[in-house]
Amino acid sequence: MVFLSNLVNGISLGSIYAIIALGYTMVYGIAKMLNFAHGDIIMVGAYIAYCAAQYWGFPPILSLVVAMAVCTILGITIEKLAYKPLRQATSLAVLITAIGMSYLLQNLALLIWGANPKVFPAMIGVDTLTLFSGQLAIRGATIVTIVANIIIMIVLTLFTSRTKLGKAMRCVSEDRGAAELMGINVNTTISLTFAIGSCLAAVAGLLLCSSYPMLMPTTGSMPGIKAFTAAVFGGIGSIPGAMIGGILLGVIEILGKAYISTELGDAIVFAVLIIVLLVRPTGLLGKPMREKV
Amino acid sequence: MKSKRNKLIYNLVTFGLVIAAYLVLSYMVQNKLISRSLRGQLIPICSWIVMAVSLNLVVGISGELCLGHAGFMSIGAFSGILISGYLLNAFQFENAELRLLIAIVFGGIMAGILGVLIGIPVLRLRGDYLAIVTLAFGEIIKNVMNCIYVSVEGRHLNFSFINNEIEGVRLLNGPNGAVAVKTISTFTAGFLLILFTLIVVLNLINSHTGRAIMAIRDNRIAAESMGVPVTRYKMIAFVTSAVLAGMAGALYGLNMATLVPTKFSFNESINVLVFVVLGGIGNTLGSIISATALTILPEKLRFLQSYRMLVYAVVLIVVMLLTNNALVKSFVSNLTARLRKNQYKEGLSA
Repeated sequence: MVFLSNLVNGISLGSIYAIIALGYTMVYGIAKMLNFAHGDIIMVGAYIAYCAAQYWGFPPILSLVVAMAVCTILGITIEKLAYKPLRQATSLAVLITAIGMSYLLQNLALLIWGANPKVFPAMIGVDTLTLFSGQLAIRGATIVTIVANIIIMIVLTLFTSRTKLGKAMRCVSEDRGAAELMGINVNTTISLTFAIGSCLAAVAGLLLCSSYPMLMPTTGSMPGIKAFTAAVFGGIGSIPGAMIGGILLGVIEILGKAYISTELGDAIVFAVLIIVLLVRPTGLLGKPMREKV
Repeated sequence: MKSKRNKLIYNLVTFGLVIAAYLVLSYMVQNKLISRSLRGQLIPICSWIVMAVSLNLVVGISGELCLGHAGFMSIGAFSGILISGYLLNAFQFENAELRLLIAIVFGGIMAGILGVLIGIPVLRLRGDYLAIVTLAFGEIIKNVMNCIYVSVEGRHLNFSFINNEIEGVRLLNGPNGAVAVKTISTFTAGFLLILFTLIVVLNLINSHTGRAIMAIRDNRIAAESMGVPVTRYKMIAFVTSAVLAGMAGALYGLNMATLVPTKFSFNESINVLVFVVLGGIGNTLGSIISATALTILPEKLRFLQSYRMLVYAVVLIVVMLLTNNALVKSFVSNLTARLRKNQYKEGLSA
């Protein structure tokens, strides 16, 4: 039973990683850049939801919608201001700009909300589920996280495979030049990708803080790095890869902390990542790299 | 033969500037002409310069993005502190200069060994996958250093992992890191370390080995088909960089009375990368200047108080946007072209 409860917690944490990893992987697939500011958008989303619920007294759903809207606008603004002028620049220049953006968001949050950690209110009103005559208790937040992940996965898969915009996104990530020749508006598509990624980041922020209710300006950075790892783990650029990578990473982290060593939890996660990349250099579901001579 | 002369001039300028800066600064320190806060910054600046120059070897010359450079610094710092504390406690080895030298060499060796161990798997990967694995190694090092306890008892070293119940004088104390370290780093030692780094790196770049490394960076397949052993040369660059980072770490660690393992986090790796990119990728002198400027800048911005890091972030973004702006670029290149033309005309009329 303890194992089962750990497993469920792992899947829940992994679902959060997966939702964040989707943002990383989509942006990477389409813009070929590592968006280091993504983790901090999660933090902004969580703060907005916190404010909406705590100060303005919004109900949870409305707080979530507000957070999603603010993050979407933030994501598009960042893309337009900081990343778009660097389309032709080297990837390192874009990387450094993304890092600068990450510092900027963290320090803005520090100025607005202060350094003291805020206790995130319980937003998810789902009751704890008890199974096997009380031996296994699953918290409401855990259930909602897993369900939200499944819904997002289905919607996103349908979006990228069925709709015109989704197909355009896949097309741009495949070959930007050819997509442009086919009449796809590349700039709009990239903005759309940032919008979706940032919107998902807000959802992830709320779910993360519902499970781990400490909110600080640096809350987003470690989950951000882990989710980025998850995206690479599953094969960066691949949407199902991000899902699988995220969930596996969460399960490994929780089980590693429970059964091997609490102190070494992070080390175990990263060690597994390294081993996977050595066996499959482009991640679990990544396409093998082809080289032309 | 012109390019050879240019390289010589570049190297001479680099060495000259560093030596001149050292002479001026040590004169100013002796006559108390610089502020206390800047004086306290001198040794960290030396370590960050060595870090930036060594990372430049991997990122600029070898063309691999490394996001775990602080891990090597961490290993160097803690092994340096360890051996210095051991020599002092077990053998009453009082000579600070010699102890610092031993610590720096030992820190470099330990980081080098780790560099070889990490390099073997890492250098098989390419591009962003390589970057993420170096990031992962950096995090693993930080996490493992958090669990190591070492104490000295007589001439005996006690090691312990996770379990913190050990006897004797604590040298490394898990998450609390190294406490009550006898600080023995000096500015002169930092300067000598920079000189050593420059000699190693500039000689490496301008040697047969360096040209092979750059050939691999520019076109791996072409280099491979010309018979350049890719992995070996990448390894040389990576391990040299790790050794230098370890040495910088030892210098840095022995300048701090207390040092926690979480200090060497992903953020520090990123900071060093920022030095390298802003200084100009592959440009050693640029790395030195930007490491110095960007270490002093946040201190100089203290009057802005809580807006300090905000301004730093904005400066970073604006600099990146401006240096990659087509208009600014063409303006600068026009300007330099015009200057050259004028020089040429003056040369003709003379």
